[in-house]
Amino acid sequence: MIVESISPSLAILCPAIASILIVLCGKWPNIREGWTMLASILQFLIIFSMVPIIVAGNIIKCTFFTAFPGVDFGFSIDAFGLIFAITSSFLWILVSSYSIGYMRSLREHAQTRYYFCFAWAIFGAVGVALSGNLLTMFIFYEILTVSTYPLVAHDETPEALFAGRKYLAYLLTSGVFFLAAVVLTYHLTGTTDFVNGGIPNLYAEASRAVLVVLFVIFLLGFMKAAWMPFHSWLPTAMAAPTPVSALLHAVAVVKAGVFGIVRVVCYIFGVDLMHELGLGLVLISIAIFTLIVANLFALAQDNLKKRLAYSTINQLSLVIFGVALLTYDGIEGAMMHIPFHAFMKITLFMCAGAIMVASGKRNISEMAGIGRIMPVTMIAFTIGALGMCALPPTAGYLSHHFLVHGCEEAGGTISYFPYILLIVAILDVMYFFPIIYIAFFKKHEGGSKIKEAPLFMLVPIAITAIVSVIFYFYPDMFYVSELVETAMSSLGLEGGVHP
Amino acid sequence: MFSIEHLPVLVVVISMLSALTILVAGWRNKKSCCFISFATILVQFVMSIFILHHVTTVGTINYKLGGWAPPWGIEYVVDALNAYVLVILLFLALVCVTYSKRSIEHELPRQIVSFYVLFQLLITGLCGITLTGDIFNMYVFIEITSLSAYALIASRGKIALKASFTYLILGSIGACFFLLGIGFLYAITGTLNMHDLSLILPSYYESRAVQAAFVFFTVGLSIKMALFPLHTWLPDAHSFAPSEISAMLSGIIIEVSTYAFIRVCFSVYTVDFITHYVPIFDFLCWLSALGIIIGSILAIAQYNLKRMLAYSSVSQMGYIMLAVALSTSTHSPLWGGLNPALMHILNHALMKGCLFLVAGAFIYKAELWNISDLRGLAKKMPYTCFGFTLAAISMIGVPPTVGFVSKVYIIFASLDAASAGHPAYIVFVAVLLFSTLLNLVYFWRVIETMYMKGEDSHSSPAKDELPLSMLIPVLTLASLCVIVGIFWLIEMPLPIFDQINALFRLGVYAP
Repeated sequence: MIVESISPSLAILCPAIASILIVLCGKWPNIREGWTMLASILQFLIIFSMVPIIVAGNIIKCTFFTAFPGVDFGFSIDAFGLIFAITSSFLWILVSSYSIGYMRSLREHAQTRYYFCFAWAIFGAVGVALSGNLLTMFIFYEILTVSTYPLVAHDETPEALFAGRKYLAYLLTSGVFFLAAVVLTYHLTGTTDFVNGGIPNLYAEASRAVLVVLFVIFLLGFMKAAWMPFHSWLPTAMAAPTPVSALLHAVAVVKAGVFGIVRVVCYIFGVDLMHELGLGLVLISIAIFTLIVANLFALAQDNLKKRLAYSTINQLSLVIFGVALLTYDGIEGAMMHIPFHAFMKITLFMCAGAIMVASGKRNISEMAGIGRIMPVTMIAFTIGALGMCALPPTAGYLSHHFLVHGCEEAGGTISYFPYILLIVAILDVMYFFPIIYIAFFKKHEGGSKIKEAPLFMLVPIAITAIVSVIFYFYPDMFYVSELVETAMSSLGLEGGVHP
Repeated sequence: MFSIEHLPVLVVVISMLSALTILVAGWRNKKSCCFISFATILVQFVMSIFILHHVTTVGTINYKLGGWAPPWGIEYVVDALNAYVLVILLFLALVCVTYSKRSIEHELPRQIVSFYVLFQLLITGLCGITLTGDIFNMYVFIEITSLSAYALIASRGKIALKASFTYLILGSIGACFFLLGIGFLYAITGTLNMHDLSLILPSYYESRAVQAAFVFFTVGLSIKMALFPLHTWLPDAHSFAPSEISAMLSGIIIEVSTYAFIRVCFSVYTVDFITHYVPIFDFLCWLSALGIIIGSILAIAQYNLKRMLAYSSVSQMGYIMLAVALSTSTHSPLWGGLNPALMHILNHALMKGCLFLVAGAFIYKAELWNISDLRGLAKKMPYTCFGFTLAAISMIGVPPTVGFVSKVYIIFASLDAASAGHPAYIVFVAVLLFSTLLNLVYFWRVIETMYMKGEDSHSSPAKDELPLSMLIPVLTLASLCVIVGIFWLIEMPLPIFDQINALFRLGVYAP
């Protein structure tokens, strides 16, 4: 059933209005950051209020105008979009609080610009999540790209400027491909709406070659997913302040990329057509290549944030991997991994930032004994790291569980792919556990001037770490598993081993 | 007595009279010039809105000058196309004249009177070109426009004289071609009235002279509108002119030449002639595509801001001409016919107008000509830089700005043409997308210099913003870049575009 409602537009308006208020109150830091907090909480509540309607199997629509015949500019919220929206809006609350602690402790410049752009980035990310067709999604996707540039180049050092330029070059180029793909899709089918199970007349309207090319253009359009070899913007973008890396480069921006890929595979092409064209194999090879190579790169990094960046690239490909399986459990695992990974990775990044604020240390080799001085931070870090390695009791284990089932379901050669996941997990262990070892078991050198990070930062870290664990015992927190089930049942795939 | 039918001629006449008034009044009081000019253009603008309203609701206005019946007398014919261009033209002129007050007092303190006289003559010429229905009369107004433009470009003296001279030579060659075309047509048909010509010409379409005349028109106007590779006069002229004139030149003067071209193609000749006898549009498509790419590449190579913008205009003219050239092979109600071209004429006027005014603002404040001079300017002039950023983002084509909408429409038009018998046109999709990236390269360089490269980044220098009379025009144009962009997305297909396509039998109305 379709429900008309204005709540999606209200949700989108929160950050937009907040951004204006932020600029107006630029001279009073407390009021300025108060607006950010208020908007984030309000946005989360509005988005969360849509959950019962969606879980009941409805779709919320909110159309503003018709841009082209067959293409409305507007929102259409289904279960899958809502998962991403809930994740990014909830984490915005935590990161706002974290930002306050981080930016004030480091006495960063241009804080008004920072909060302003941050609000617009959230505007873009939530817009991507809620949009009901490719054109709307494209518009928000581009807003997301442009609004994050000032955040990446925030430091204004030559290094940061270079990072910003590289970021923009990669992502706007990919935007061009995305636009090309949108236009081509519209030209072929006369619609760009996301349809459960794919646009029905796509196969009838075009030859195989055209469809394969279209898919490749789509993939190039989602360079935000940082699949290799188009990943190098992400480690470079770590020049940004840590809250930016945490929310945007672990959650909003990169997830918008994989979110787009899932959308295209399941809602534009459809699983059947993907099977028909053999595109699953293309996607799965890209994913496996990225999974392994990104982890090898990660092993070589000494800068903690860079290592986390490569880990992000690796984990994003896990989502792509799940979708590429084209089976019930595979896609389910991919959809679950989006919020799960978000919570775990943001914990890790926020810990890295907390260490930097408290001790000024960026490299892993300098972090000897830091776990004893900053126990809360490092315990949270340990939980996040366990999640990355897919070890219980964290959410990471759950999504891997589904992915393994998905491989079995696919049958044939693919049923051996869990071994690849195992190798990847071992590599994860190889670069995460040394950090934990160094932090807890090596002796701290030098004076003991270092203290735990400020409370504004510790609270969000603790919350995300705890949530990552709760997800393991109770996956329905934030209705995640229920929403995923709803999304899967409307996709109409067969099979599925229900654990 | 008063009726809307008299307005077209009044728009031209009061403009010309105002030029004389400024000359006389300025003799006594220099300060009055700007106000007279502003008041005149405001009145003209209001009139043009009335004309637009009348044309869209009632129909074409035919005004016979001096009561002489055409084809002997001169006739002003105002249909949807003229009215649309006229409104854009006068709007941009209004913005520029508001901006010019402080800027001219600063830049050309000794030439205030002559500046406004010439400016008003320029407007007269432009209005004349858009309103007239007589092809020789059009030539006369093209000359009035060009002559006042030559003088305005030269008004800075020194190097601007050379720029103006180049423009003078090439502009005159262009005008000669145009006149030659008129001569040929007159020799064959014995009439100069466009409507009359369009009735007589079809029986002579086989004639070489008629075909040659068309080619003359095309070449002449291509020089005037700086279509690649005839653009060589433009970068110098646009970069050395006073900034409000650069904004006018880039924003509307070259577009008015495009208007003249559309007029000649579809009002004097017909779609039938263009598709069957002199199939020049195919050639123009490729030429404009080349212009889009090369204009952008040359823009990347510039270090002078205004020169970079000028090369960007060459590329943008490519967009407009590509859209015009595709108009005969597209049949959709949305992006068929002249829609994308007309859309981009307005869009380009807004974007480039804003960008040139901002470039002028930097010169006004501190003689900053080069891109590298703009370091950290965003802290000193936040609003101006914000305006520049909006317009630049629009040029790159980030949604939902005007640049994005034009780009999408032209892409759709090329796809439409590609599937309707010109498969090679699919290349234009790639060209347009690629040009987005090139635009990104040269505009982002400026934005980065303004925002990210502080001189010493952690101290905040005192604000040094423009006076309001300059800031308001800049911000008006910048905000319109976004507002109009959303407007296009919501309101297309616009009834007025529909009317224009119906008039010329293009798009959905193609036989």
